[in-house]
Amino acid sequence: MSFWRDPINFIIEWAKGLLAGIGWGPGWATTVGFVIGAFVLAAGAMFFVVFLIWYERKLIGRLQDRFGPNRLGPWGLFQPIADMLKIFTKELITPSGVDWIAYNLAPVLSVAAVLMMWAVTPFSKTFFGVNISVGILFLIAVGGLGEVGIILAGWGSNNKYALVGALRAVAQLCSYEVPFVISALVPVMLTGSMSLVDIVEAQNPWYILVAPAAALIFFIASVAETGRAPFDLAEAESEIVAGYNVEYSGLKFGMFFVGEFLHAFTASFIFVTVFLGGWRGPGADQIPVLGLVYFMIKTFIVYFALILFRGTNPRFRIDQMMDLNWKVLTPLSLVVIMVIALVDRLFASSADWLRTVILLAANLVILVVAERLIRRGVKTTGLEVGSRERPVASPDNLFIQPGSGAKG
Amino acid sequence: MSGLQIVFLIVAVVTLFSGVMVVASRKMMHSALWLILTLLGVAILFATLQAGFFAIVQVLVYIGAISILIIFTLMLTRRAMDDEHPQVIKGWWLPAVMAVILFGLIAGFLATWKDFQVMLNELPADAENLAAFGSALVNPAGYVIPFEVASVLLLAALVGAIYIAAERKEKVG
Amino acid sequence: MIPLSWYLIAAAALFCIGLFGVLSRKNAVSILMSVELMLNAVNINLLAFWHYHTQLQGAGQITPQVFVAMVFIVAAAEVAVGLALIISAYRRRETPVVDEMTLLKG
Repeated sequence: MSFWRDPINFIIEWAKGLLAGIGWGPGWATTVGFVIGAFVLAAGAMFFVVFLIWYERKLIGRLQDRFGPNRLGPWGLFQPIADMLKIFTKELITPSGVDWIAYNLAPVLSVAAVLMMWAVTPFSKTFFGVNISVGILFLIAVGGLGEVGIILAGWGSNNKYALVGALRAVAQLCSYEVPFVISALVPVMLTGSMSLVDIVEAQNPWYILVAPAAALIFFIASVAETGRAPFDLAEAESEIVAGYNVEYSGLKFGMFFVGEFLHAFTASFIFVTVFLGGWRGPGADQIPVLGLVYFMIKTFIVYFALILFRGTNPRFRIDQMMDLNWKVLTPLSLVVIMVIALVDRLFASSADWLRTVILLAANLVILVVAERLIRRGVKTTGLEVGSRERPVASPDNLFIQPGSGAKG
Repeated sequence: MSGLQIVFLIVAVVTLFSGVMVVASRKMMHSALWLILTLLGVAILFATLQAGFFAIVQVLVYIGAISILIIFTLMLTRRAMDDEHPQVIKGWWLPAVMAVILFGLIAGFLATWKDFQVMLNELPADAENLAAFGSALVNPAGYVIPFEVASVLLLAALVGAIYIAAERKEKVG
Repeated sequence: MIPLSWYLIAAAALFCIGLFGVLSRKNAVSILMSVELMLNAVNINLLAFWHYHTQLQGAGQITPQVFVAMVFIVAAAEVAVGLALIISAYRRRETPVVDEMTLLKG
């Protein structure tokens, strides 16, 4: 095994040889390897968040005609590090009347629940934590632990805004789990396995081309699961100050913050794994490290879409959010899964490309019909606000520091 | 004593302790949080039995859904959360004695069984055959009738729960 | 390599804890939680015997798995209906304590 083809496994094998050299049995070496691997993965995820925060702030800035962070380092790249240092040195305030265990356990749980999702995702052909046979189920179950963390935060911090925020968050997460699970069943059904490794291996072509309707529902539901705009009712600043994390300060608040960013990123790579072919791409079978590159590129494209979704949509009201779930997404996902099961079974004996085309056509028909039905139910009277032409910061100065000669 | 046995003992002690705290703690909310710990312990016990699927379903159904529902109900029934009154009945020692006696009876009865001390060895990796389990659930020669009855039960529970708990617009007695 | 007896004893203990809870707690939600403990004890037993029989006969046994799945389904349905009943009763009688729900008429 050459180093450049598969560096991660190369290092793992080398470390195993080292441990065997000092007389450790293979059982102990594997255990220690898992512990070290988990530590490295978790620490890597945490450091990754620093970059994600910069990426998101920069993009949101561009979407809102601002520059975003641009003072510290090239393109403001070191701004999150400064923020991190600030949050480390802040005082940890524990309000009176809190439930000590619940209050302190909640931030840990909300980050741990997200990090556990990293354990089962295949990042490349040879690089994954574990390949359990019920991977997708594991992802959903772990999401439930995140709900427990939120409810602990809301109840433990002895504040009515926190409690209202937690109730909203949990109502939202519980409801959106329904279309999430049902649309996640579509790839499971097409693959015949719940293991994420198998699902990635079976994607030929990508499932977004086979079942775009399921992919759309999955995407919307996973945005709702992350609790970001437009689904950020749980932390709506203008309604319930900051939701379930209002009583937290310093590093404990930072944990929630990191948990939210990491959840958004995790949601996008789960979408990539389930619908966009994971690490698959030209040459990724032979050179596993190339798979990791493809995986990251796809993940950042989906993450970009997620930020675009966040930056361009206003927040839902709570009844609109529930309506969207129970009156649109859930029935639609039920229809999609039934139609796909039926079509897949009817054309089981025909050629693969034919079945794919028919599945795609069926999905598109479902989407068009659903769109027509929804349009009929919603009265849209256009109301034009503002003028059409407005001054926009020209995109050619995206990476130019202000004051260095750029036209604002 | 092997590593797995130590893991079992720790998990079992934590599970039983938090089980006791579920029935003994005064604050209802604490009792619900201990319940979550108990359910997690039971999930780990399932995993030590090499029933990984059911361990994950346990986390999904019990922790992700049932305990959340219970916490919601605790918040909606406000008086449940006050802890001024004792949470157990006056003669609580009688059920305690009964439970201990029942435990002694069960343990003593089980101890007479010849396979009581048999060791559970590690199963082959495909012992938990989910494909066979799944097809047995929809096989007419297998368990399709219990499966269908269960789905009707779930539907009835769904409709019934909404009907019972929904606030009526007309006058209620 | 854990003896079967450990699982059975743990399950019996959990069942008895649940039984004590059902008999002694005042709050209806508490009683439901204790019932959940008892159901979990049953599931531990079922899966322990699933492991035991799979080991004895060399092939995976389906029946215990089906039983465990049924217990899960029934527990979910029971909690949903039970909590709905408690909320409904609380709305009318302003109490979740079962001792105070003394009238047959709503």
